[in-house]
Amino acid sequence: MDKLKYVGKSALRVDGIEKISGAAKFIDDIEFGPGLLYAAIVESPHAYARIRGIDPKKALALDGVVKVVTGRDFPYRFGLYMKDRWVLAQDSVRFVGEQVAAVIARDKRTALRAAKLVEVDYEVLEPMLEPLGAAGSEPPVIVHPELGDYSHVPWFFPKPGTNIAHHRKTRKGNTDRGFTAADFVLEDTYTVPRFAHCAIETHGAVGLYDHSGRLTVWTASQSPHTQRHVFAETLAPLGLTHKDVRVITPYVGGGFGGKAGVTMEILAAALATSVRGSPVKVIWTREQEFYNTYQRQGVITKIRTGFRKDGTITALEHTLVWDAGAYVEYGANVVNAVGLSATGPYRIDNLKIDSICVYTNLPPGGPYRGFGYSEMIFGLESHMNMAAKKLGLDPIAIRKKNAIKEGDTLAYGAHMNPNGLMQSIDKAAKAIGWNKKPRPSGPDKAVGRGIALFWKAPAMPPNASSSVFLKFSEDGSINILASAMEIGQGFLTAMAQIAAEVLAVSPERIRVETPDTDRNPYEWQTVASHITWSCGNAVRRAALDAREQIFDVVERGLRLDRDALYLEKECVKSRTDASFSLPLRDFIINGIMQEDGTFRGGPVVGRGMFMPEFSSAKSNPETSQGGHPNVHYTTGAGACMIEVDRKTGRVKVLKAALAVDGGRIINPSLAKGQVVGGLLQGLATVLYEDMRFDSKGRLLNPNFTDYKIPTAHDLPDEVIPILVEVPQPDGPFGARGIGEHTMIPAAPMIANALDDALGVRIKSMPLTAEKIARALGGF
Amino acid sequence: MKKITIKAKINGEQRTLEVQPMETLLEVLRETLGLKSPKCGCDRGDCGTCTVLYDGRAVRSCLILAPEADGREIETLEGICRDGLTPLQKKMHELNAFQCGFCAPGMIVSATELLRRNKKPSEGDIKEAIGGNLCRCTGYEPIIDAVKAVSGKGRR
Repeated sequence: MDKLKYVGKSALRVDGIEKISGAAKFIDDIEFGPGLLYAAIVESPHAYARIRGIDPKKALALDGVVKVVTGRDFPYRFGLYMKDRWVLAQDSVRFVGEQVAAVIARDKRTALRAAKLVEVDYEVLEPMLEPLGAAGSEPPVIVHPELGDYSHVPWFFPKPGTNIAHHRKTRKGNTDRGFTAADFVLEDTYTVPRFAHCAIETHGAVGLYDHSGRLTVWTASQSPHTQRHVFAETLAPLGLTHKDVRVITPYVGGGFGGKAGVTMEILAAALATSVRGSPVKVIWTREQEFYNTYQRQGVITKIRTGFRKDGTITALEHTLVWDAGAYVEYGANVVNAVGLSATGPYRIDNLKIDSICVYTNLPPGGPYRGFGYSEMIFGLESHMNMAAKKLGLDPIAIRKKNAIKEGDTLAYGAHMNPNGLMQSIDKAAKAIGWNKKPRPSGPDKAVGRGIALFWKAPAMPPNASSSVFLKFSEDGSINILASAMEIGQGFLTAMAQIAAEVLAVSPERIRVETPDTDRNPYEWQTVASHITWSCGNAVRRAALDAREQIFDVVERGLRLDRDALYLEKECVKSRTDASFSLPLRDFIINGIMQEDGTFRGGPVVGRGMFMPEFSSAKSNPETSQGGHPNVHYTTGAGACMIEVDRKTGRVKVLKAALAVDGGRIINPSLAKGQVVGGLLQGLATVLYEDMRFDSKGRLLNPNFTDYKIPTAHDLPDEVIPILVEVPQPDGPFGARGIGEHTMIPAAPMIANALDDALGVRIKSMPLTAEKIARALGGF
Repeated sequence: MKKITIKAKINGEQRTLEVQPMETLLEVLRETLGLKSPKCGCDRGDCGTCTVLYDGRAVRSCLILAPEADGREIETLEGICRDGLTPLQKKMHELNAFQCGFCAPGMIVSATELLRRNKKPSEGDIKEAIGGNLCRCTGYEPIIDAVKAVSGKGRR
């Protein structure tokens, strides 16, 4: 590896001081002046109903109410990958909490009071609340009778007349032959419930449609440009074009996928157009945050695997039925992503994967850190351990036997990228003391060890791209204009480090800020753990472009040999003349003066763009063969040592290690932060979190009292982050993403450790103390 | 609605404020006084992002009605660092202790209260002090490490 000065170093966060001083502004911290209006939402109390009528009279009579807006005012469909949602409900509501109308008032309390006074007459229908019943060819309830009318991306295959919004089929080899060749076949079913992102900041948006016809929307979002596009497309009937729409995104208080795409923000955009000249704010309460944004989809997976005695997998049938909720405009792509990758990080020649996206009358599913891979890996990696046990093989050995290697053929026919999976397995196992199981701390305690592998590819359209401008100030400091989002992962800092490396300007002298779509160039979205790779490539190219311009100015201005020039400590230097040193500040804006008093040069502005031009979503819909839908996979392994109390079922995580191959780690401190934070988020999904609904489809635990997320008391005794570096050939300095991956192996590694400790196998998440105690007690 | 006049010391300055009976202290701090460091994450005392010092004790400002603050001394993060960043804040910066940063003000207020009354807290004391401040990003480790480091008991 070449010597790097800034990349690979634990630089301090460029947003660090703002965040620890309280100066950082989030959506609800921005002042909009005395004209600010507030909107409160009238929500459906039913999981499935027809709207017979809406009477706003009583609400309108309240002093301070400006307007009541209903679906009639905005009969527009929207959606990211499939246009199946409405700004406000039209004839039907499809989940409890769906937006039916909005009350705009002078203050928040009046808006909330008035929303309760809007009378909606419903014809209540029987809801469809579980995916297996909904998935049949002749289901008792059809959630979207108009499914055939919805436009969608070409890689979705909806089945009108059913609840199946998408069915991703992946076929390779011959599973019949594979199962015939097997010495042993294992078949089982695994269940994963819904989970909530629980970013500590709720969703919020403020829209302003001014008297010139300009729509500005401030949002807490991972996707400013995608939002602008969706707003412009959806509101086009009002005469709005992309030029008229501007999205500004301040710091985001946690995303985890929940603030990707467009959910409630469409309300601020649309409502603003109905109160021209006044900004209107919509901020979700914690309850709304739980039931009317995206939820992580539930899934029931059936896995059938053939093994030879030595552990070699001969065939895999993996069927995943997803509870995708009332609208799947984003969630269907989660289903799609898993359908292409449900082999896990294993080399499997004969396979049949069916990943089925099913509409239900529960809140909309959508992206959540891991994008379906956590859900899929729970079953698959539990399954691998059970197979190892039956075959009398070591759980690490069976994994290594089948682990995917560079060049191996993937499920859809393309080839696996370079990866550090093998070393990740060894390092994670070693870190927890795989062969040194400690003694239990008491007679009622049992100790177990568990391991799970993981992989994940960015799930993105083949033409998802990033672009960047890079400009200098007179003193040689730099502003990078990009439109990826700082959601805590450290994007701003990583980009500063990448530009610093190319331009020999230290990261502290580089400002990177959150975007404004008017000023900052296009970025698809900050999702898929693709930003370090994709936007990082764009930043690197912008910096290289700037460097070429710098050399150009020096060549023309001083008639020096361009090929000898290089940058060091904010100066241009020459390999052939050690005495030459020209500070950037001397010319970077104003150029270099000539003998006759004229100047050469002018402001240096770099431009960089990245699109993975090799990627394609075009493939055979019956087999998924023929395309190149995924750009690459990030791999790794998690391992843990746990102690379980036989009496209470309580699990204590003694050690948890996670090794992830980031290709080239741009900032080890921030990367470790991703591992530790992601791992705890993953452990919570396996040990205690889950969403509970009643028989009417109402969420029973939409708050932090009843939906517990980890506190400082809930840390494992020891967390060991391990960073592996097998470079990604097309990544900036070899980097690839790691943000989502760090929560993926958490659930199966705990389930496997529990089995090791007690011989109890639990196949439905979460593995609560209650469930464990019941399994032990046989009740 | 009839307003109530209260007098409170806010970040070291004696203020006279007109508040509504049902307004929370958090609303008054944010909306009347423009002190934006305390955040609203749940509005029911679960998440701790609205934590402020109330006569020196860390409290949830979303659970206190503004009229109750009459005669009290309130300190937000803006007040804690009004003469510059504290050693705790500097250490948190040095350790990249936060990610999205939304929980940071409340977390720092809770940890500051701890360090003011206990110069050498144990790890258990630290976890107890910030146990009511939820963070979804960091896994708490670097935050705990920063508190430990400034209390002179840093291991790492």
